[in-house]
Amino acid sequence: MPKEEVGCARPTGAMVGETGNTQAKKENLVEEKKRMSEVRVGAKAPDFVAPAYYHGGFTTVKLSDFLGKWTLLCFYPGDFTFV
Amino acid sequence: MISVSVDSQFVHKMWNDHELVKMVGHDVPFHMASDGPGNVGSIYGVYDENAGVEMRGRFIIDPDGIIQAMEIMTPPVGRQLKETIRQIQAYQHVRASKGTEACPAGWEPGKKTLKPGPDLVGNVWKVWSPKTDH
Repeated sequence: MPKEEVGCARPTGAMVGETGNTQAKKENLVEEKKRMSEVRVGAKAPDFVAPAYYHGGFTTVKLSDFLGKWTLLCFYPGDFTFV
Repeated sequence: MISVSVDSQFVHKMWNDHELVKMVGHDVPFHMASDGPGNVGSIYGVYDENAGVEMRGRFIIDPDGIIQAMEIMTPPVGRQLKETIRQIQAYQHVRASKGTEACPAGWEPGKKTLKPGPDLVGNVWKVWSPKTDH
């Protein structure tokens, strides 16, 4: 995985596999959220970069790096919670 | 596989080291992403601003980056991993057939698929039974 520095998780502003506004600036984030809030089955997944823990190290994960593979994206409420 | 919560990557490490390893016997094999501000969860429609946490959103994304399936649950009930795997296997089967086959209700690998086309209209009952094929 590339070591792109990222302060906090953010959408890249593009859909997976598409170029576009890949440098979504923080001040544009609210607008980006509005524009991209429609996540639908049958449509491209919104791309994002986020800091991550992986195999004992800290890295950055980018959804579009998983193009070409089946990918499962799972959100959950929190670490050390019960379910 | 990518997991996402609002916890930092540092807390992910602590959770891996101090609980999950004990639960499953090895390190978490996938990326555990941190979405502190909820930016990613917001665009996926799973971030609860009031509680400051992500709902249990699950997205199956194909090799072209297309979302084929999603499931979103509130926190107190856990997921059924078997069903997620079944769906991935079914979508993989459809993709391998280049869309010529479809997986009917309850399909699992090895079970009967359907070949949509004019001849099948009104005739599904002849080739597929909810009693024997589900």
